[in-house]
Amino acid sequence: MIEVKHLYKSFEDKDVLKDINTVFHTGKTNLIIGQSGSGKTVLMKCLVGLLRPEQGELLYDGRDIVKMNKKERKKLRTEMGMLFQSAALFDSMTVLENVMFPLDMFSNMTVRDRIRRAMFCLDRVNLTDAKKKYPSEISGGMQKRVAIARAIALNPKYLFCDEPNSGLDPRTSLVIDDLIHSITHEFQMTTIINTHDMNSVMGIGENIAFINHGVKDWEGTSKDVFTSDSESLNEFVFASDLFKKIRQAELASREK
Amino acid sequence: MTKIFASVGKYMMLMWRVFARPERIRMYLKQYLKELEQLGVNSIGIVLLISLFIGAVITVQIKLNIESPWMPRWTVGYVTREILLLEFSSAIMCLILSGKVGSNIASELGTMRVTQQIDALEIMGINSASYLILPKIAALMTMIPILVVFSIFAGTIGAFCSCWIIGIMPASTLEFGLQYMFVEWYVWCSFIKSFFFAFIIASVSSYFGYTVEGGSIEVGKASTNSVVVSSVLILFADLVLTKLLMG
Ligand SMILES: Nc1ncnc2c1ncn2[C@@H]1O[C@H](COP(=O)(O)OP(=O)(O)OP(=O)(O)O)[C@@H](O)[C@H]1O
Ligand SMILES: [Mg+2]
Repeated sequence: MIEVKHLYKSFEDKDVLKDINTVFHTGKTNLIIGQSGSGKTVLMKCLVGLLRPEQGELLYDGRDIVKMNKKERKKLRTEMGMLFQSAALFDSMTVLENVMFPLDMFSNMTVRDRIRRAMFCLDRVNLTDAKKKYPSEISGGMQKRVAIARAIALNPKYLFCDEPNSGLDPRTSLVIDDLIHSITHEFQMTTIINTHDMNSVMGIGENIAFINHGVKDWEGTSKDVFTSDSESLNEFVFASDLFKKIRQAELASREK
Repeated sequence: MTKIFASVGKYMMLMWRVFARPERIRMYLKQYLKELEQLGVNSIGIVLLISLFIGAVITVQIKLNIESPWMPRWTVGYVTREILLLEFSSAIMCLILSGKVGSNIASELGTMRVTQQIDALEIMGINSASYLILPKIAALMTMIPILVVFSIFAGTIGAFCSCWIIGIMPASTLEFGLQYMFVEWYVWCSFIKSFFFAFIIASVSSYFGYTVEGGSIEVGKASTNSVVVSSVLILFADLVLTKLLMG
């Protein structure tokens, strides 16, 4: 469980996050949604400690990452996995080496155990065939899957995903969403996902926080989305005609 | 002007992080070996080629310019040797390398920065500055004396080629000049200077690459800046070091 309390973050002249309060639950896929530029990535960077907030607490099961010294933070980071918007695989290494990298760096396993663990992770994302390939030789969707395998290699307690399905076709997006969802439940991780993909919101939104201009405007599950009376949320989620129709149909069926 | 001071400060802070104690020596060694090949071994070809031609050109030029009845022929060999040892094989060769190696380092690190690979390292709890930059500095400083030796050899062979192939003067006269009043200390000066130059090339271009913000255009700019700044610094350091080492 990660608790965010009274979080503020600004850059020089601009306040990006203003008094964010929320809780991300263990064993669930927690979504952060909001328009482009609303501050999702900044929030996630604060969470993982790449940016330092001006004010506020970020409690990882009670441990505040903002107040930690270098050593404690380093230890906490071995419990984190992160999936970047651009996959961020190391291009000088093969797929297998990429997945093995965190193990090489931090575990005391033998080479054979490390390879076995890496192959297990690659198998989990269905990519054992591509282990000898370089990141530039595989598709964007495959790169994302490799990145997931690398993120879970050290068996993290906390998984962060920054727009896991940006730039992917709808079907591949579903595959990635399902993968993250099932891994979260399988290993009881606290997963936090930045997204503006409505399919993800409907599909795996077990706990959704809506950020609007740096303020948390709304919080709930994917079912609550339909009945919310927050104007800004409705404007954001039901922007397209298609989703407006879906909403009407859903509400109609609930009334029956 | 304040911008320059700010950059120098940031550079110092980066170097402070780079020289932190490495945690997984094995992984650093692996990286070090990779850099030895990429930065050092892959530069041998260009060093040989350029040194060979410059050695020949210097000899031809000197011969044309100091041809006089009052001057013995072997002076050509003597002057050529001094130029090669004192300036060409250390300073000029490092200038050339700053173009090849420096832009390579800056664009590699810059690309890693903009594609979030450096963030990925940080998230894992790795000191990315140290892991990426320390092996590069160490590898280039290891390889540079070897490259200097190669350069001196190729330059000398180039000088002889101007006798054998072009036939500007008898090779034996050149050889006498090359050996005349040889001072061993000058070779050491070349090595000492090149160590400093190697550090400048690797650290300055790492700084420019590591601190890129933005996209591919910024990576290109960083790569250009790294070559310009490290060249200027090499020339400046050359002046200071030459004064210090040779009085
Ligand atoms: N390093 C920075 N320096 C200054 N301003 C920044 C920095 N990083 C982000 N910002 C600003 O913070 C705001 C929020 O950016 P952020 O990247 O969090 O948006 P986002 O919600 O992730 O958008 P997207 O969905 O497009 O990724 C933007 O207006 C951006 O200009
Ligand atoms: Mg973003």
